[in-house]
Amino acid sequence: MNEYTLPIVFGLLAGTISRLFMLRTDYRQYPTYLHGKIIHIALGFIAAGLGAVAGPSILEEEFTAVTFLTIAASQFREVRNMERNTLTELDHYELVTRGKTYIEGIAVAFESRNYLVIFTSLISTLGYLIFNVWMGIILAILCMVLSKVLMAGGKLKDIVEIEYFEPRFEGAGLYVDNIYIMNIGLPERQKEVLKYGMGFILKPKTFNARSTIANLGQRQAVLHDVSTALGVYRDSGTPALVPLAKRDLDDGRVGVFVLPQERDIERAIKVIGQVPTLENAIRMPTEKGGNKK
Amino acid sequence: MTLEKYILAVITTNPKKVPGGTGVFFCDSKEEMETFAANLEAILDGIAHGLSEELYVIVKH
Repeated sequence: MNEYTLPIVFGLLAGTISRLFMLRTDYRQYPTYLHGKIIHIALGFIAAGLGAVAGPSILEEEFTAVTFLTIAASQFREVRNMERNTLTELDHYELVTRGKTYIEGIAVAFESRNYLVIFTSLISTLGYLIFNVWMGIILAILCMVLSKVLMAGGKLKDIVEIEYFEPRFEGAGLYVDNIYIMNIGLPERQKEVLKYGMGFILKPKTFNARSTIANLGQRQAVLHDVSTALGVYRDSGTPALVPLAKRDLDDGRVGVFVLPQERDIERAIKVIGQVPTLENAIRMPTEKGGNKK
Repeated sequence: MTLEKYILAVITTNPKKVPGGTGVFFCDSKEEMETFAANLEAILDGIAHGLSEELYVIVKH
């Protein structure tokens, strides 16, 4: 044991705890399986180790040792690839797919969480070394709160108003409000669709939101999340019973048609509101100079 | 190979409407046409779209 052992162990613990903190299984149900969790906790532990030893190496003036953080970068890029590949493979067997944009968003989140872990353990080890253990604990907690804030991201309810509309048929055409969803020919199917179907209109609050919810990946994320949370009235080989989201070209509203197992309007609106605005779907046309707000 | 946006079958009660080029089912009544469409939809994993009162197409999406 030397003077650095305790601070490094402390940093290691702080980092691993913050990874555990960010690894929660919620309604998105990922990762649910034990092995997936173990992989992420183990990688979080490695990240915490990298962050924890960076502090002492700076204090010992071993500056070249800090270059091993570059190894960490390539290591965690692999995490992103791993997540992307797994989820893409699994997506083929989902009744309502997640979509590539959502998967990419999840993969990026998993990668960046490891960097936050490195940051947390680096700061808490330095806090311990430069000041004392209490300062280390305070800094670790601050870092965890910061990670939480950084990882939160936007929700759909911040950028759109959600309203329920009963789906209806005009001839064979299925409509939600005035938005055409699809053509269903058989009267039998039409009855099924009216019995189980629910329609929602997402009305963008700003011009930026209009482009964001127009993104096909963002719309697929809405359909996936609603179908996960409320169940889906569908099976393989019934392409007619597919949840769809279509856009009103005039004003950018999006009509969402879903077939949940549980027809609870309040809950469905809440679930749609909780859908994350995907990083890769966010558009900000008003940031372009010359565009009016 | 997977097919996308392809008409797999046509079911109609009006032979004049369909020139051919795909599987065509002529039916005597609207009820028969609906039964055919429902079965073909299930068999072909497609969607039965109604183009008019007397013409359904099964489309692979």
